[in-house]
Amino acid sequence: MEPIKINDLACNDLPWKIAYDPNRCTLCGSCIAACTFDAIGPKMERRRMIFTDSETPEPKTRFSAQPVIAQRDVIKNFCRGCGVCERVCPNNAISASRNPDSRFNVVYQTATGSGPKRGGRNNLEVQARTLDTLRVGRISQMTDPSLDAQRHTFDCLAPFGRILPAKALPLQQTADGKLIQDSQTPPVRWVYPVIIGDMSIGALSWRMWEAIAMAVAYLNEECGLPVRMCSGEGGMPVRLLKSKYLKYMILQIASGHFGWNRIIQAMPHMVEDPAGILIKIGQGAKPGDGGLLMAAKVAEHIQAIRGVPRTDLLSPPNHQGLYSIEESVQKMFLSFNAAFKFRVPVAIKVAASATSVSVFNNLVRDPYNIVGGFFLDGIDGGTGAAHDISLDHTGHPSVSKLRDCYLAAVAQGRQGQIPLWAAGGLGKTGNLAADAFKMMCLGANGVFTGKLILQMAGCLGNDHGRCNACNTGLCPAGITTQEPVLAKRLNPERVAENIVNYFLGMDMELRKLMAPIGNSALPIGRSDCLVSTDKAVADRLQVQYVC
Amino acid sequence: MCRIGALKSRHYMHPSKALLLMQSQQEGHDNSGFAMVMQDLGGIFEDYKHLPTLSLACTDEGLKIAEDLLHTKGFRRVHQWVPEINPEPGLDIQAMPNYVFETFDYPKGYQNATDQEKGELLTDTRLELRAAMEKDETGFAYSFWPDVITLKEIGDPRAIGTYFNLWEPNDNFTAKVITAQCRQNTNYAIVRYAAHPFFLQGYTALANGENTFYQRNKEFQSSLHRGYIGFESDSQCFLYTLHYVHKELGWPLPYYKHVVTPLPFEDMAKRDDQEQLLAMRQSLAHLEINGPNTIIGVLPDNTLFTCCDAKKLRPVVVGRDDDMVVISSEVCGINEVLPDRNWEVDIYPNEREIVAIDDNLEVQRWNQ
Repeated sequence: MEPIKINDLACNDLPWKIAYDPNRCTLCGSCIAACTFDAIGPKMERRRMIFTDSETPEPKTRFSAQPVIAQRDVIKNFCRGCGVCERVCPNNAISASRNPDSRFNVVYQTATGSGPKRGGRNNLEVQARTLDTLRVGRISQMTDPSLDAQRHTFDCLAPFGRILPAKALPLQQTADGKLIQDSQTPPVRWVYPVIIGDMSIGALSWRMWEAIAMAVAYLNEECGLPVRMCSGEGGMPVRLLKSKYLKYMILQIASGHFGWNRIIQAMPHMVEDPAGILIKIGQGAKPGDGGLLMAAKVAEHIQAIRGVPRTDLLSPPNHQGLYSIEESVQKMFLSFNAAFKFRVPVAIKVAASATSVSVFNNLVRDPYNIVGGFFLDGIDGGTGAAHDISLDHTGHPSVSKLRDCYLAAVAQGRQGQIPLWAAGGLGKTGNLAADAFKMMCLGANGVFTGKLILQMAGCLGNDHGRCNACNTGLCPAGITTQEPVLAKRLNPERVAENIVNYFLGMDMELRKLMAPIGNSALPIGRSDCLVSTDKAVADRLQVQYVC
Repeated sequence: MCRIGALKSRHYMHPSKALLLMQSQQEGHDNSGFAMVMQDLGGIFEDYKHLPTLSLACTDEGLKIAEDLLHTKGFRRVHQWVPEINPEPGLDIQAMPNYVFETFDYPKGYQNATDQEKGELLTDTRLELRAAMEKDETGFAYSFWPDVITLKEIGDPRAIGTYFNLWEPNDNFTAKVITAQCRQNTNYAIVRYAAHPFFLQGYTALANGENTFYQRNKEFQSSLHRGYIGFESDSQCFLYTLHYVHKELGWPLPYYKHVVTPLPFEDMAKRDDQEQLLAMRQSLAHLEINGPNTIIGVLPDNTLFTCCDAKKLRPVVVGRDDDMVVISSEVCGINEVLPDRNWEVDIYPNEREIVAIDDNLEVQRWNQ
């Protein structure tokens, strides 16, 4: 008999346990082939069988070796619960179930000397979502008619770029009473109020990234929705940089400057300006922690795009060389504005934090008028990869902070001058239109979303610890991997179609919310049309409490 | 729902015309009040056009507060008119003890001041008066401006007309521009200041409708000008935007329409002046209005105009003859005032135009 040491790692230490029924299994091997984590494998088990070989029962015992599928008790190959085995099994013979008695956090750290890492999810959800306590409660009825979502026209666009106060506009009156503009103003783009948030090539498989880019191009060219996509920090294909579709892309720069060598080299060949530049200072899901792309995902094409060797790629948590907000305004914003000759709006993305309002105030008061957007990213958003401790124990929700920033602008009469864009777990319930609408009522000009896009592509992960393996490069759905075999599991055309369909549905749903409050333009700052069933939320956000 | 009306005439007219205009529309309003602003004054005020007239409704205590404050600031009273009231029993009116219309000469130091400086002084003084009388509601200072009189009261417009003896035409109390409305704010608490028309520095506005962007208008306007206060009615926002666009920014009137109801982006993109229009839309996004509205406004040069919301959800009609132009929510009001006009030239403004009437009664229609 094999000796067993009870202190060895066992499957019941792990967060997920495989339930396997040998009577149903035909040993076809599909589950093993599909499991990207190598969490299951074939195993021989010694079985005792009682049988009889005569006409009257004469039980005999036989021992035999039988092949089975078994969970591996190797820390590196722990089951993520993605459920792919169950999906591919033709006989319902195998599934993963959550292990409520998991000792994973402790055994992982004691075995490896480092904390667990994961991708994509906030797993410490213990309270109801703030946005779910809000309702659109001010309905146009007798005093003013509601609009008709099908029949009326609606203006559903949001600004991206620095907006000057009216008194600063360079308008001169001509003799015939017309106003003409006699000098340049900061560039402003009016875009769809939902930006597809910054997920890099590298974090995403090239097929997934391409699928989003295709969807964005289709939404613009065929559906008339000016949706923009942010590149994420990781550059983009040179062919795209030199194509007319660059105008739909927001280029992101973060502290690692990944991909910018190629972008700068492509600049003389660009036939269109990009939609904007987004300077990433912080990320809501792991504030204070930098970008992290594990070496496992730095495939050859990623090395080429980013101009780096195969190694763990870390964006430092701060932009080196920026010591103060004033310096950041002067250095980064000015240089990026100048790089595109002040034709392209430059915005900033920060993690929601107790200090967000101070950052916003500094930017909105900057005398150069060159900060073209304040992207506020809250906890509960997605991330390619991060340490568990960052995901679980740092961060700040974005709803109240967005409201604080808007009200800070109101107090200074500067609302709208720096467009506010918010993110962080929006669309988590599957309905982004409702979340976006509520955030706009609280003061956001628009929202950005990333994780939900992965859901549209067929991501199997959830916020209860399922899968969450984006960091490993072993994504079972082919979304966040650079392994050619795995990436091929994803059908880019199908994903693009899903995204397009979702946006079209969301666009109609936005109208369905604008119509009853009688607005044909987006209800930015219309907190009067929100009510909350939670007194604390109502007080904090300054909306009406109802019960 | 409100009903609103405005008259502009070559000749001085008595406010009985305004009562006549509004009375036939009474089924559309609720007879809860009457308010009017008279501009380009005739009769006993004709000789004082260049001097500011204070329109005040107050208690005895309020009157003392107001007169002391004006005296302290150096204003010297040159003319006073107290309407002859007719307090018949049974009239539906919540009258104040005093209604005072007093014309003042400017303080000595202002004899050589510019119109701008004088205007700022008048605005500051009115705001001080309003604040001083706010406690215990000892008085309501509606306007303090040259050539302008404002009267507002709570009650049945017919009774208010009787109380102030406004049904009998005479030559003493006349104006060339009168705007009127017959409803108090019945949505919320009744506040005298909440009744249209609203007036600020030569600009008058009144509206029939609901401003569903009230909150964002209000939050934005609150920091634009010290005179943008009160907000007792969502329609005050229309006046403040008019004042801001036309006076503070100095943009011609047609751009008011571009601010309150900007063109859809796709229409804007087809225009030669798209750059300017887009700049205006984005800088003044918080002054955009939504909801069903008709606005009537008067400019300091007594130009009268009307425009609607972008979906034309509230009615308005413009009727005229050689001597008078009448704007009204319902055509029945115009039929009362101008029964013999050629109704075939009546204008029913569309959602994308401003109809403006200048001092020669020339009617212009500006397509946005």
